[in-house]
Amino acid sequence: MMAETRRVISVVVENESSVLSRVSGLFAGRGYNIDTLTVAPLPGTNRSRITIVTKGNERILEQITKQLHKLIPVYKVVEHEEMIEKEMVLVKFPIEESLADIQALCEAYNGGIVNVGVHMIIGMVADEPNRIRHFIEATSRYNPIEIVRGGVVAIER
Amino acid sequence: MKMNGAQMVCEALIAEGVKTVFGYPGGAIMNVYDEIYKQDGFEHILNRHEQAAVHAADGYARATGEVGVAMVTSGPGFTNAVTGLATAYMDSIPLVVISGQVPLSLIGTDGFQEIDAVGISRPCTKHNYLVRELSELPRVLKEAFHIARSGRPGPVLVDIPKDITAEFGDFVYPDSVNIESYKPTVKGNNRQIDKAVEAIIKAKKPLLYIGGGAVLSNASDLIRQLAEMTQIPAVETLMARGVMGDSNPLLIGMLGMHGNYASNMAMSETDLVIALGARFDDRVTGKLSEFARYADIIHVDIDAANIGKLVDVDYPIVGDLRNVVENMLTGLEGAVKPARYSDWREILNQYDTLHPLSFQDSDEVIKPQWVIERIGQLLGEQAIITSDVGQHQMWVAQYYPFDRPRQWINSGGLGTMGFGFPAAIGAKRGCPDKTVINITGDGSILMNVQELVTAAEYKIPVINVILNNHFLGMVRQWQSFFYDQRYSETDLSFQPNFKALAEACGGIGYDVTTKEEFDAALQDAIEQNRVTFINVAVNRFENVLPMVPAGGALYNMILADKKETK
Repeated sequence: MMAETRRVISVVVENESSVLSRVSGLFAGRGYNIDTLTVAPLPGTNRSRITIVTKGNERILEQITKQLHKLIPVYKVVEHEEMIEKEMVLVKFPIEESLADIQALCEAYNGGIVNVGVHMIIGMVADEPNRIRHFIEATSRYNPIEIVRGGVVAIER
Repeated sequence: MKMNGAQMVCEALIAEGVKTVFGYPGGAIMNVYDEIYKQDGFEHILNRHEQAAVHAADGYARATGEVGVAMVTSGPGFTNAVTGLATAYMDSIPLVVISGQVPLSLIGTDGFQEIDAVGISRPCTKHNYLVRELSELPRVLKEAFHIARSGRPGPVLVDIPKDITAEFGDFVYPDSVNIESYKPTVKGNNRQIDKAVEAIIKAKKPLLYIGGGAVLSNASDLIRQLAEMTQIPAVETLMARGVMGDSNPLLIGMLGMHGNYASNMAMSETDLVIALGARFDDRVTGKLSEFARYADIIHVDIDAANIGKLVDVDYPIVGDLRNVVENMLTGLEGAVKPARYSDWREILNQYDTLHPLSFQDSDEVIKPQWVIERIGQLLGEQAIITSDVGQHQMWVAQYYPFDRPRQWINSGGLGTMGFGFPAAIGAKRGCPDKTVINITGDGSILMNVQELVTAAEYKIPVINVILNNHFLGMVRQWQSFFYDQRYSETDLSFQPNFKALAEACGGIGYDVTTKEEFDAALQDAIEQNRVTFINVAVNRFENVLPMVPAGGALYNMILADKKETK
């Protein structure tokens, strides 16, 4: 068996209602893996950019790119190699936890406290995906109530 | 010009040169049918089931090379059409299917006969549209035809809400298409072609592996030239029967699960596979790791995703076959001595002499293979042959002497039972001068038997030859070989009186139990010029052989007929 590798793929598509289902349906129908998927319009155009983190062997990854290309509303498929990759995460902590500790933790990962309410503290971090994983592990000692990950976005260097 | 959306649909079809539309009306598509009633630019054939309408459009497209058009209503009309779309999709057949949809204001409310047509058909169409504004309708229709016929062809669905077909607006049909995100690669890369030509010149045992793409790109004449110039032997897939021509001495035969011995051995021993519009389907390759294990592979395909999907390719060429083969011919001109591969061809001839395609004919019972050979002898090139799916389909592919592309119409990829009869209706409408024969089985024919009424009403004289073994034959064969003769739900001994059934629907029926009766029935059927059923009682336990068991290597074939009793 060929080894599985992780890959980040950006897909530039026509901004139309069914395009996301075409892309996600392609992955589901052909049994390809999706780790994360994010989508947002590209400013000043009628296009959107979908960023997908997937994994598979070389043959599968090549098929994913080629099959995406075949979709009519797809303009461009970029398999990232030299890229800046970021993911965002929001974490909600109980108010009983130490605000200063949480703030220090978030800052260590290029983030900070974004909201403090009566019952909770919300921290936000945007960093590379494996650093996000470490951050989430580190939050466990502050009894997080809810963790929301944003999925990966990437830009070629 | 001001007109309503329904009229725009008709005008667009006329502008596209559509002569025949196959379809079935219903609530959501009624506005369009009202305009069909008023126009005389194309004829409409009322099939008796939406699935049959799409298959008929498909048969029309396969026989003529033009885009087939079908029209259905929303909800069940559309879901019935899905099998037709999937059949066309798997075989890359250009279709435009227009479906009605509930009015825009009702979409998403679970309205009467509402179903998410675009969602359901996404994986079985090349592309699909839900029209959201009248102003985009002309462009969408233009794009639909363009997408259906260009690049790797395929079916396109246009789903139109009922209020849009009622609304009035300006109609200007675009005369060109510009879809920035869709530019199929037609021209093959010259450097890649040069490298492939080099490989061909160096090869000792090259083999042309010809697929359905050769039919779709109308490249048959060029491929014959390529074979002729180089004297390289050729094997055809199920979908490519007719490309080389039956009498061509360079044609070894069909390869794959039911290919002949020499073809499968050729693939197992070749040192260079020249794949032309073929896609290495599992029914062709058998066990992948053993497939063409001594060979480098040249793969020419218009769909880049087909290249490298299943096997590693040494010389990938993305492009239209006509264009690529034309360039190969230029590169090969004078470069290969005709005698170069004569030893290789001699080996293959010996294989063919050792185990030729053959069956034991009988004087007591009609053998299904005999029927097919007989039709071939009597009609040959003059007939278009369609088939359903199962044993009869494989026997036709093995024993009919196909002489030209588009002479052989069958559902290869999806394997749709019930395809043959409506496809024959479409093929006959597209090619009225040909004798169109659907060779079918007693299982398959019942899956679109209502088309007797269609064929009778429109006087479309399709001949259905039912090879009747009172079995779901191919499944029975697998049960014989691999399931210890447990014939689970494959005994079709209870069946209709086919002769009476045909006659009840306005056709003619024949019951045939001897060879003489068959000849007489076929002769009469051709002269009658009406839809016919020729019900031929054939040997019950005949097997399709040779056979490569699923997942086995191509060179391990079951050759001799197994004796079996029930």
